[in-house]
Amino acid sequence: MHISPVLWQFLVKWLTNSALFPREASTIAPYADALYFFLLLITIVGLVLVGGLVFGFAIRYRKDRNPVATQVEGSTLLEATWTIIPLALFLIVFVWGALLYFRIYNPPTNAMNIYVVGKQWMWKAEHPGGQHEINNLHVPTGQPVQLTMISQDVFHSFSIPDFRVKREVIPGRYSTVWFEATTPGTYHIFCTQYCGTKHSGMIGEVTVLTPEDYKKWTEGSTSGMSLAQNGERLFASMGCNACHSGNAASRGPSLAGVYGSKLRLASGGEVLVNEAYLRDAILNPSQHVTVGYAPIMPTYQGQISEEGLIDLVEYLKALKTNYRVQQTLTTSESNQAAPMTPEVVKP
Amino acid sequence: MSTTSSTIVNLPDQRTATLPKKNYINAEDGMLSWLLTGDHKRIAMLYLVSITFFFFIGSVFASLIRLELLTPQPDLVASDTYNKLFSMHGIVMVFLFLVPSVPATLGNFLIPIMIGAKDLAFPKINLLSWYLYMIGGIFTLAALVLGGVDTGWTFTTPLSTHYLNTHVVTAGLGVFIIGFSSIFTGLNFIVTIHRMRAPGMTWFRMPLFVWSNYAASILMVLGTPVLAITLVLVVLERTIHIGVFDPQLGGDPLLFQHLFWFYSHPAVYIMILPGMGVISEVISTFSRKRVFGYTAVAFSSVAIAVFGFFVWEHHMFIMGVSNYSALVFSLLTMLVAVPSAIKVFNWAFTLQKGSITFETPMLYAFAFIGLFTIGGLTGVFLGSLGMDIHLTETYFIVAHFHYVMVGGMLMAFLGGVHFWWPKMTGRMYPESLSKLSAVTSFIGFNLTFMPQFILGYLGMPRRYHAYPAEYQVLNVLSTAGATVLGIGFLLPLIYLAWSLKYGAIAGNNPWQATGLEWQIQSPPLTENFIETPIVDYEAYDYEWLAHKTEQEVTTVG
Repeated sequence: MHISPVLWQFLVKWLTNSALFPREASTIAPYADALYFFLLLITIVGLVLVGGLVFGFAIRYRKDRNPVATQVEGSTLLEATWTIIPLALFLIVFVWGALLYFRIYNPPTNAMNIYVVGKQWMWKAEHPGGQHEINNLHVPTGQPVQLTMISQDVFHSFSIPDFRVKREVIPGRYSTVWFEATTPGTYHIFCTQYCGTKHSGMIGEVTVLTPEDYKKWTEGSTSGMSLAQNGERLFASMGCNACHSGNAASRGPSLAGVYGSKLRLASGGEVLVNEAYLRDAILNPSQHVTVGYAPIMPTYQGQISEEGLIDLVEYLKALKTNYRVQQTLTTSESNQAAPMTPEVVKP
Repeated sequence: MSTTSSTIVNLPDQRTATLPKKNYINAEDGMLSWLLTGDHKRIAMLYLVSITFFFFIGSVFASLIRLELLTPQPDLVASDTYNKLFSMHGIVMVFLFLVPSVPATLGNFLIPIMIGAKDLAFPKINLLSWYLYMIGGIFTLAALVLGGVDTGWTFTTPLSTHYLNTHVVTAGLGVFIIGFSSIFTGLNFIVTIHRMRAPGMTWFRMPLFVWSNYAASILMVLGTPVLAITLVLVVLERTIHIGVFDPQLGGDPLLFQHLFWFYSHPAVYIMILPGMGVISEVISTFSRKRVFGYTAVAFSSVAIAVFGFFVWEHHMFIMGVSNYSALVFSLLTMLVAVPSAIKVFNWAFTLQKGSITFETPMLYAFAFIGLFTIGGLTGVFLGSLGMDIHLTETYFIVAHFHYVMVGGMLMAFLGGVHFWWPKMTGRMYPESLSKLSAVTSFIGFNLTFMPQFILGYLGMPRRYHAYPAEYQVLNVLSTAGATVLGIGFLLPLIYLAWSLKYGAIAGNNPWQATGLEWQIQSPPLTENFIETPIVDYEAYDYEWLAHKTEQEVTTVG
């Protein structure tokens, strides 16, 4: 047998590059793979069992060897056996899978947050420090990273196979996923939900860096303004501060320290203020009126981009006092008090 | 009589045998007599021809997809074209082939005969359902000819309602209309099985094929209207922006997913249950034994139908549904896997102490058991919450449902067509060629879809026109397999057509099977039975059959 050296090299390269099994590059990956191997084991055992029974019986009881069949009604004992054993196995898989699911979808409290906006056909990542990336995501090793994601148009799905994580990216609502990368390198990002013409072009790379390299990268690629700083500017330029000034007499509630608190709503009931709530309250204010306030805030639907909303949310998350809000407001009001063109006197 | 020890085939003497002078095929002549017929057997043949036509259209799309995926680069077709190919492949295969495949052809032909009735309860509605199917099919073809549709077979909003510029409404209406054909078929079966059983044909004397079609009919009648509503909402959202699914107008995009999968998960059981019925008949016949645990197999069909309605959210585990509802749906998904396991073991034990022969339908049944076991067990991977996160929306899921739908349902369909071909046409298919095609499809199938499980775990997303170069080897294997599989599917088309004219005369009961359909002439009379049969024996009672044959010999002799 002679194998062409080119083919041989190709096969060796393919096998050594682990073409049958993805890399394990996050802390979750080994957990997912453990369940995968357990499931593979069940499948192989089940297949061997069924195959053994079918082939065994087919050989033992073929017509040549067993010309006359013996009629058998059935057997309650056997029925019970092959009901209970598969059920028990499936229940183990259920519990194991549920534990893994909660592990993947419940981020640890110390996770750093990065925003991801999906749109036809690109991924935009927004780091709190003001680093913006397209179809790329830089993360450090050894640090839990939470992605807060939203779509600007259709359903997308953010998948990093080598981390074994994936989450649907939905228009109009935040979804989150977290991971902790373990090995520096670059890994595929795929959009796995069909999203139109260039679905297969909606791909990117996660670049995992050591903490030192990551620090260098953050410093070298910041846009100069953090998300919260951008948000502060928007807060003033859109006039949010006019009502949400923190003054006792102002028409809107104070927003300092509101993030993470429990809010009583005019419609009754209590909500936990998180990113999703803040976003909804800006776009659909009439549905989220704080108790004691009038439903006078206009909707900002269509007036602000998803990135702008992220800036505002980040700003509000960090907002602890109204000192700067009021300062900005005073400055802008004093500007208005400056000499203006006299009004035209109507006859 | 030509029986060797390794076969049960029992054909009349070919030198003297003729087809019955009067039968449903030659009862009336002319195209109109077929197009206006109320005979369930003729309608079944109309369906058989039409679904075969659509199957080959769907296969052409599949071949083009596999050809494109030979190379990582997008080189054979443009991205939009590729998206249309997999969308049309899904729509045609699911709605125009898989859903009607066994029920509308074999079910239509056999259910009335199996329970000793002259026809279905509503023959005209039966014909109407074929016309609806054809109209729906024409809409789908129109969408194709006008330039195609690229929503994927799932019509996902808001992509389908706001972002695509293709013939979504035409295709949606097509599927909407086909849905009614399926509702009518289901309704007809339910009424027929309840009201028209021959004297003595109690529920627990019915062949398991009837049970499984009964269970599928319940799903068709209760599930399909939800699909119809969903598609109407998509069309309205697209044309007049009613804002049910659009978040900009206060709609909920996840609502579409709930509604769509509320039908489309039970639809999976609509597709597989009748196939399971075929397997029960075939395995019993070729092992000369009653089906092991008849009641367990019958009730497991009903259990699948009932549980099948409460698992739809497992298509949405990563879509931000509540973690706790995900728990409930994952648990129910595990439960629905159990009745399928019960069936597989009962089939295996039907073989025990049998007297087994290996004609083509039996080979297809063996292929079914193996492939369905793999398809079913990989479904457990996907039902398991944490595992689903990594596997969903990848080639793993593509491989999984092809193992169930093609490896399961299509194998069962082909097995059933071969099994009842002598009854439907009065002639035998060529045995060795058909064995070759069964083995070819089995090998081709595994070569096509086994690599896709590996691709899926590696992370290759489904519906990708281009893919990273490291996935190429497995994709080439898959395409090579698809070529073999294609040959395995083309062969039966050719030799079955050939056998219509040149096949050996089959006689009433070439397989020595026990069902009522085998006790009448092949092809049957238009009215099936000369006098209404009185059933005084259980299903799969081979002793009764032996006794009956003995008596006939003595009376005739």
